[in-house]
Amino acid sequence: MSDPQSTPAPLPGDRPGQTPAGQQAGTVQPFPAAGNISDAEREELRRHGILLTSLEELYNWGRTNSIWPLQFGLACCAIEMIAAATARFDIARFGAEIFRPSPRQADLMIVSGTVTKKMAPQVVRLWNQMPEPKYCIAMGACAISGGPFKQGYNVLKGIDRFIPVDIYIPGCPPRPEALLNGLMELQKQIRAETLSGPAQGRHLRPEMPSEFPVPEYGAHDLQPPKNPEVWKPTAPLSRPTKA
Amino acid sequence: METTEQIRDRLLARFPGATVTLVTNPGPAAEHSLLLGAAHAHAIALFLRDDPALQLDYCSNATGVDWPDKEIIDVKKLTVPDPAGGAPKIVEEKTKRMDPGYLEAVYHLYSMALRHGPVIIRLRTTNRSDQVTLPSLTPVWRSCDFQEREIFDLYGIVFEGHRDLRRILMWDEFKDYPMRKDYVDPDDYEWEPTPHAEVLDRAKQHYPTPPPAAQPPDGPSVASAKEGKP
Repeated sequence: MSDPQSTPAPLPGDRPGQTPAGQQAGTVQPFPAAGNISDAEREELRRHGILLTSLEELYNWGRTNSIWPLQFGLACCAIEMIAAATARFDIARFGAEIFRPSPRQADLMIVSGTVTKKMAPQVVRLWNQMPEPKYCIAMGACAISGGPFKQGYNVLKGIDRFIPVDIYIPGCPPRPEALLNGLMELQKQIRAETLSGPAQGRHLRPEMPSEFPVPEYGAHDLQPPKNPEVWKPTAPLSRPTKA
Repeated sequence: METTEQIRDRLLARFPGATVTLVTNPGPAAEHSLLLGAAHAHAIALFLRDDPALQLDYCSNATGVDWPDKEIIDVKKLTVPDPAGGAPKIVEEKTKRMDPGYLEAVYHLYSMALRHGPVIIRLRTTNRSDQVTLPSLTPVWRSCDFQEREIFDLYGIVFEGHRDLRRILMWDEFKDYPMRKDYVDPDDYEWEPTPHAEVLDRAKQHYPTPPPAAQPPDGPSVASAKEGKP
């Protein structure tokens, strides 16, 4: 019989035969550990009912679970976005059900659909009006690159020509599950942001711009047609030639 | 419903000075149309709408067509007598002439009251550059309003008598007519993996040719590998 002082008393949730907390820490690991406490020690404390956290974790936890999207849709992808908000898919499970009709209260811009050149200045203006921290999801092929309408006379070749995009969701249109997956990826990204250091969030870095120039209507195209500060064209693929 | 020919004959009898031409459609749909002269178009449209036998009270579609300038080569065969006394030669003389293009507005008319249609009418501008005015049929059929604006926006036909002729899809500052055949789109192309050779060729002008591919890294060649395993 073991000494009751050396091993902790089993908590109600524990099952006999479970691996010790130290070995389990690799799987149950919601946040990176703060300070000098190892993950194993923290998990041990949690089993005793002591929650240890840091401001950073708490901050990210709150932000992650209340990403309020801006309520606007551009094309058919918006229908899928609406479907993601209905009870069947229920974006509320991820804390993002509160679609805000005002950019001042929104954290996330879901660019859902084709961005026409006529609409692009308004989209950029909405983005500029959103307060930091803010994130952008390009939903669907059109928002990413113009999609099937690329090279059209009134189609912008991707919203990332004017504003920075955090998550790209391919699909035409993407199913609601894909949007939810994109949201979860965004949550991962937010969780990984730190208050200081190299992984600092974009909104905490003073050199990162929050507002972007709104393009103007020109005689033949938008002026400028793209923002070179934001949009870096892909380098052409170079395949090794056969000797 | 009357055939298109019958409608044309009635129109010519009713409007003696008007030009009404039958434009046949050789396809299996055989949807023939009536080409109306711009001068009488408005009066004819009113007649088509109010005639008790037709009652074409609904314009379901108005669209534009661009017919660009065509270069036509006329071939004339001339027989030239051979001065040496042989058989006369046949020489082809080719002359080029330009067939001026024009813009068209096409209207598809139905009758809700008598449940028939469509009757298709066309209006043609004189050319594609400066004489592009046509009478608006919006006063006759209210549903032409936005569609005539769209034709104005994309083809550049000016509809006289339209109450609110502005661009509808493109912004007001836009100068081109994107649906015309000679529209030149803005030149922003970059590299993309595309199967469209036209796009790829234009994109290639915008990126430098990629550097020659690096030599494969030095490793055990096939020959040496074979030597190692006798």
